[in-house]
Amino acid sequence: MTDRIPPKRSFTPSMLLYDTRYRAMTIQVVAIMCFMLLVSWLISNTVQNLNALGKGVSFGFLSQPASYDINQRLIEYTSRSTHLRASVVGLLNTLLLAVMGCALATVIGVFVGVLRLSRNWIVARLMTVYIEGFRNVPVLLWIVFAMAILIDTLPKTSDFRGENATASMLLGDTVALTNRGLYIPEPLFMNGLGDLSILGLFEISLDLIAFLLVLGAGIWAAGRVKRRADRMQEETGTRPTTWHWRILLVVGPTAALLYALGFTLGIPELKGFNFRGGIYMRNSLIALWLALSLYTAAFIAEIVRAGIMAVSKGQTEAAYSLGLKPGRTMSLVILPQALRVIIPPLISQYLNLTKNSSLAIAVGYMDVTGTLGGITLNQTGRELESILLLMACYLAISLSVSAVLNWYNDKVKLKER
Amino acid sequence: MAEDAFVRTGIIAPKPPPISEVGTIGWMRANLFSGWLNSILTIVSILSILFIAYEFLPWMIQSSWTATSLKGCREAIAAAHGEETTGACWAVIRERYLQMLYGFYPAELYWRPNLTFVLMMVALSPILFPGLPRRMLWFSAIFPFLGYWLLWGGSVWFPVSGMLGFAVGYLLIAGISERASMLAATICGVLGAVLYWLFLAEPFAQSAQSLLPIGLTAVESDRFGGFMLSTTIGVTGIACSLPIGILLALGRRSDLLIVKAICVGFIEFIRGVPLITLLFVASTLLNIFLPPGTNFDLILRVVIMVTLFAAAYLAEVVRGGLAALPAGQFEAADALGLDYWKSMRLVVLPQALKISIPGIVSTFIGLFKDTTLVSIIGLLDPVGLTNSIRADAAWNGIVWELYAFVAALFFVFCFLMSRYSMHLERRLQTDRH
Repeated sequence: MTDRIPPKRSFTPSMLLYDTRYRAMTIQVVAIMCFMLLVSWLISNTVQNLNALGKGVSFGFLSQPASYDINQRLIEYTSRSTHLRASVVGLLNTLLLAVMGCALATVIGVFVGVLRLSRNWIVARLMTVYIEGFRNVPVLLWIVFAMAILIDTLPKTSDFRGENATASMLLGDTVALTNRGLYIPEPLFMNGLGDLSILGLFEISLDLIAFLLVLGAGIWAAGRVKRRADRMQEETGTRPTTWHWRILLVVGPTAALLYALGFTLGIPELKGFNFRGGIYMRNSLIALWLALSLYTAAFIAEIVRAGIMAVSKGQTEAAYSLGLKPGRTMSLVILPQALRVIIPPLISQYLNLTKNSSLAIAVGYMDVTGTLGGITLNQTGRELESILLLMACYLAISLSVSAVLNWYNDKVKLKER
Repeated sequence: MAEDAFVRTGIIAPKPPPISEVGTIGWMRANLFSGWLNSILTIVSILSILFIAYEFLPWMIQSSWTATSLKGCREAIAAAHGEETTGACWAVIRERYLQMLYGFYPAELYWRPNLTFVLMMVALSPILFPGLPRRMLWFSAIFPFLGYWLLWGGSVWFPVSGMLGFAVGYLLIAGISERASMLAATICGVLGAVLYWLFLAEPFAQSAQSLLPIGLTAVESDRFGGFMLSTTIGVTGIACSLPIGILLALGRRSDLLIVKAICVGFIEFIRGVPLITLLFVASTLLNIFLPPGTNFDLILRVVIMVTLFAAAYLAEVVRGGLAALPAGQFEAADALGLDYWKSMRLVVLPQALKISIPGIVSTFIGLFKDTTLVSIIGLLDPVGLTNSIRADAAWNGIVWELYAFVAALFFVFCFLMSRYSMHLERRLQTDRH
């Protein structure tokens, strides 16, 4: 047999359309030309329109004083601070809400998802009602609903005052739940280490850093002890009892550090018309937290249910036939396989929650949409710059979480031969 | 020896099962009280149901349907059920339900949205239920233009001339593809239609209108509101986002590097930002991106943004469906000698879309729920209308009844959609008999 070499023909322009070797290139060139045309058209329109309005593109407004107040903040901020700082305060508020929401949504979601699989008829039905109810009503409605509930049903600050107060503080007079928000005890350090200033912009409490460092070191040491126990079990077949050592390693140094720093709890007290001291969480934060968590938890519950149902029954039976106890079966056989199904959609629910936290603007919680995309935008009239920065903030959060997710997916991917 | 052996000669009649294992009691033992944990859960559940019923039922029943203000409601409830009784003021729903449904649409023209809704159901039915005659699809194709004309009014010739653009494009593609390649025909067809819309559509509509004036009373966009607005935005967004989403998904999986990069960039950007920032773009920035002097309707701008948003999510759902399809299907289609579009249309997409139905429908439900966000940029959807109803002195301070009504409206629509998706999954299940 002779090799069939396709006859060499000279290139003709019609081959750009009819020859599959060149057609792909034609399509791509046309696509990129259309794309460039579109982009340049948009840019030239923008430049023309901005010129007509008499504003160029400039981010100088970020260093001007913001002159508005933010009532819920994690770092120092006054109305004389700059717009940049206001945006950072907003961004931190967004992250605070996202982290709190994700944590609570996971707890409720796992709980509800497991209960929905329960053989108990009434519990399974109740959980179905919860899931369908929350999934089929817009989250914005839940947020304004939660806000209305907090304002209408919780006692006013004035109800706590006087001889015959109608409301009282909870948990041994340490937590005050009012219709303005929640006051909880704050950690105070009698002989604290002071603050660490980073570039003169942000101040981070050294006490917090020291606490985290010691706690981290304790957990690391406890991990070492566990690994040593694992190794001894593999070598000798008997496992030394280590749980008391591990608890001591985590709790001991941390408690010693807290004692050395003079740790006390600052309990909120009613002074005049308001509560003083303690950490204050506004009712808008609480309403958003509850509404977003309950809404997202309904989705997480379905994910958890699907994940557990995805592990085939044969896996459980195989583990039992190997002689594993039910607890070990769950932790060593079922959970690792279920988590592989659960984690990717779970992370995308976390991202949804973070994006939905931008609805904070509906109840007046000052997240980054409320500061940068709200008041700053309206005060400075810099729509283009503000919205671009706002989108960049959310994109940065989303893309970094996606990167972590991809890394995780690669790690837990089934190793097939 | 043998006489003390006992051998049964007959079979005993079966005994009825113990009373605790059958009937209601048996069912309760198996499903409600099968262990101490289950018993506790059952009791806690029953108690919480009773608690909720005890708190809410009196409020819902001891209500007023007839008062004309919140104060009147409270007086009527106090008179009927005694002082200190709080009850729902459903009268606000009775008085304002038309506004919640139609916004500020002129009352004498309510027949137009009603007719549009009925026609929409007719147009959707051949798509939803394959048992109906295929010829009804022609009506579905005309419906978008008819619906636009009925809702916004104005001259009939504008939607007609818009529709003609599609006819121009189709004729060009059909005519050229006989003589030249499909690619060239598609490019010519799209170009022809765009040129027609840019330069010929409006003069044609105006001259036709002056020759033969047919029209309805025009209704301005700012009179749109309520559930009608949500449905308009939601349905338009759903209808437009599906084809765009499928194209984006195909682009993302394509071998063409540049097309793939553009699609990935678009999808990741849209999925990375919240819808509210895109709505801000619609309300403040879109006019800056377009040629000076362009100023088109806010509802249209919102629909564009919502469509793009949903298309990016749909693209990821469809991509999941494409990825779940065995590679053999793609190879088989190639082996049959089908070209790219034919293999996608006849082999790949029918299977991939079937796999992704649950995801597609939940994206649609999400899109429909997200239409409430337009209240933040000032459109009067049901959530926005609750604020403007509260601004009325008579109803100042009314919260629960309005939210409950809006929630019920959305719940009914979204729940029906999710049930339909389950029905569709079962119908399309071809691998099990």
